[in-house]
Amino acid sequence: MSGADRIFRALFVFYLAGFAFYLFAPLVIMSAASFNESRFPTVIPWQGTTLDWFRAMWADRAMWEALWTSAVVAFFVVVISIPAGTAAALVLTTLHARARSFAYALMVSPLLTPGVVIGIATLILWRQVGVGGGLLLIVIAQASFIICYVMLMVVARLQRFDRTQEEAALGLGASRFMVFRRVLLPFLRPALLASAGLAVLQSFENYNTTLFVRGFETPLTVFIATKVRTGLTPAVNALALIMIAVTVIGAVAYELARRRRLRDNRAADLPH
Amino acid sequence: MRELFQRFGGWLASFFLILVAIWLVGMVLAPNLMTLDYALRPNLPPARIGGPEDSYSLANFAYLANEAVHRTIFFKTVWASALVTLTTFVVCYPIAFWMAQRATRAQLSIALMALIVPFFVNEVLRTLGWYIILAYRGPLNAVLLGLGIIERPVRWQGDLGVLAGMVYAYILFMLLPIYNAIESLEKAQIEAARDLGAPVWRIHWRVVIPHAKAGIATGCVFTFMLAAGSYVAPALLGSPGSRWFTEIIYNWFFEGGDWNRGAAYALVLLALCLLVVLVTLRIFRVNLADVAK
Amino acid sequence: MSHSVELSGIGMSFGTTRAVSDVSFKVEAGEFFSILGPSGCGKTTILRMIAGFIQPTEGRVLIGGRDMKGLGPNQRPTAMIFQSLALFPLMPVWENIAFGLEARGISRAERRRKADELLKLIALEGYGERMPGELSGGQRQRVAIARALAVEPGVLLLDEPLSALDLKLRQHMRAELRALQRRTGVTFIYITHDQSEALAMSDRVAVMSAGLLQQVATPRQLYDDPATPFVARFVGETNAIPGRITAIDGGTATLETGLGALRGRAGPGAQVGGQATLYVRPEALIPGTDDANNLPATIDRVDFEGAFALVHGRFDDGAALAASVPSTRLADAPEPGARASFSFQPRHGVVLADA
Repeated sequence: MSGADRIFRALFVFYLAGFAFYLFAPLVIMSAASFNESRFPTVIPWQGTTLDWFRAMWADRAMWEALWTSAVVAFFVVVISIPAGTAAALVLTTLHARARSFAYALMVSPLLTPGVVIGIATLILWRQVGVGGGLLLIVIAQASFIICYVMLMVVARLQRFDRTQEEAALGLGASRFMVFRRVLLPFLRPALLASAGLAVLQSFENYNTTLFVRGFETPLTVFIATKVRTGLTPAVNALALIMIAVTVIGAVAYELARRRRLRDNRAADLPH
Repeated sequence: MRELFQRFGGWLASFFLILVAIWLVGMVLAPNLMTLDYALRPNLPPARIGGPEDSYSLANFAYLANEAVHRTIFFKTVWASALVTLTTFVVCYPIAFWMAQRATRAQLSIALMALIVPFFVNEVLRTLGWYIILAYRGPLNAVLLGLGIIERPVRWQGDLGVLAGMVYAYILFMLLPIYNAIESLEKAQIEAARDLGAPVWRIHWRVVIPHAKAGIATGCVFTFMLAAGSYVAPALLGSPGSRWFTEIIYNWFFEGGDWNRGAAYALVLLALCLLVVLVTLRIFRVNLADVAK
Repeated sequence: MSHSVELSGIGMSFGTTRAVSDVSFKVEAGEFFSILGPSGCGKTTILRMIAGFIQPTEGRVLIGGRDMKGLGPNQRPTAMIFQSLALFPLMPVWENIAFGLEARGISRAERRRKADELLKLIALEGYGERMPGELSGGQRQRVAIARALAVEPGVLLLDEPLSALDLKLRQHMRAELRALQRRTGVTFIYITHDQSEALAMSDRVAVMSAGLLQQVATPRQLYDDPATPFVARFVGETNAIPGRITAIDGGTATLETGLGALRGRAGPGAQVGGQATLYVRPEALIPGTDDANNLPATIDRVDFEGAFALVHGRFDDGAALAASVPSTRLADAPEPGARASFSFQPRHGVVLADA
């Protein structure tokens, strides 16, 4: 190893460390601030360690209402997006080349549309029939692009599907519906579970789209963003810490499950 | 279409088609067309809608073109989003290359986890983290003051804060596509180039980057689109001097009360994003199917 | 109960490509019938038309005397075994086997009982709870067979099911398939490009080439009395000597060739004055000269294979020579590079008009 290489390597390690710091500093500092007695969330100066802000958060009725609103929205988004996204994936994969690329462009277009535009467009359309911002529009606006994610994940899974399994089932006398229920659906199950998880996350964390269609509803992200302007206390950090903990545990569990499934799949994949 | 019916039978196939139609027509096409309709009409009190003044015109778009402040903010949003994209690329490329070509299996698995976990955390919360760090009396200023790098606290909120928060928010969108693209490059190609005596920058410029262009284009397209359409970071980390175009749109809807003008502004933003997407894809000769993975 | 299968004038076009043209034959109930041909000859298309996965563009498919027009694969008394086997990877073995019974609305307990019975039949007792991925290649093969037999099909369709197995297992499964067919009495229609497989197992074989039916016959007839030049060359090894027919007398044709006049049995389509080729099997060539049918040649190579020695070379008219000489007569075998002569009995040669 030459001297220049050594310097280069040292620089790179320094860079990696900086990158890791950049990645985690905001999360760590935000979490830490929830234990500081200071009335404004910060870590400097440290005015003493306390759990008061967790108590304050726990007692905050508005926070619980916001959480409930988000949960209701996420539930209905999943209920709509999973069937629609699956249907879109199946329709897409049975189309022929030219129609397929057109349908594909249309189906991914919500991903390339800024979130605020999706919210605005939904708001404007529904105003025509006298429906204003609220739970219904939040669900519809979020679903309109979350369906894309479901569609993409199902398409990816479908690419590994051996269609002769469907023929085999048909040949054994199964109805089309039974083939779908017993052969295709179980195969898609991992992708559907993963996309349901992703849909919940996307729904919970969405802000840009929700902001325009929320009407008088206050989902969690709006609740937090409003707090930042109207009077931020470390109670919000306490909430943030809990949410981070939940998502991190969820993400780790998901990743572990995914790796295990990958292993199982490798064992279950039949050679052709 | 016939294949769909053959494969799933009449009931299921019809059910699928109805779902897809509701989505694409009712939730994607119709809202955007209605927005276009709104953008082309003047803002009138309910009693006069449908009256003689309610005719199509480009007045709402013309307003944006002539309003100096809004026009400036629009162009600033464009170049600031480009700057965010460039910065994110510069920050991510070395990591992506390292992960794809140099890291051991264990390192890679840790790195992926470390990248994905913050991404799972709510964008509002991530931005809130920066809000606390960058506060006037916050830890960043305290550290820099303590090290003697600055003499007076810096007001980070504004352009710099927005940049830091946005780059942070979109790292994963840039990094993963580039990582995927570089990963498929054979190690032997790099070694061959090095064997031939090419310097490091030249290996990247002539071998790695051309190979990864689809991934780079994808990352850039997404980052630009997300940055231009961002609302959280400018709202939380910005200052009155760093207003973002999305904030102007918001004001038309909920403060200015002129939805028609707001619709026109939103469509300009949409057009900008689609233009950037299409031009980038054309320049890099990338297919749309490669983008959405 | 097993069914007969009758194809009458079926054809299939995919766009402008003609996959199958005007094929007619009848498979008797309880027969082991193979369709043999190189890949792309249309044999899989025929099988898929019988199964109902595709509808023929012309002609009719009758199963047990009933016209199958418009009936889907789930409405026909057939079951198919796929080249990939297409076991359901996410169902345990017993559910795989009982899948067809589930489709017929049979109770779970009864399905389980039937599956166990079939597991016994294929010598995999106690494997019901395993997943297909946990089985060996041969075991998966047997599960696929049991799954197809569970629905008690009138006709079992097999699409090269042994091609993924190694040679030894393949030979073992051949015998097992044949025994299973005898025991169950189900009509088997077996697709293969491997002629030894087709010849060893089948009651009768249909040979296909380029979408056209060449010949339907017993394995023995196919080998001894090929009806077309394609069959003569495709089934087994053969020596082909071209010429012109000068006389046909009581079923024996005389062919004027570059090696002189040769005599062999007149095959279908042989006409005096027509261009034709004489086909003679390697094992029918006897070293040495005789009264007639002498073939002078130059030897390139002799491969000793134990019971036989394979002799390769060129006849004097330029055609390739392949002769298989029993080791017991190896003393008579010519040396490599040497001149030699072979003869054959006229009844061992067949003269077929050139296509």
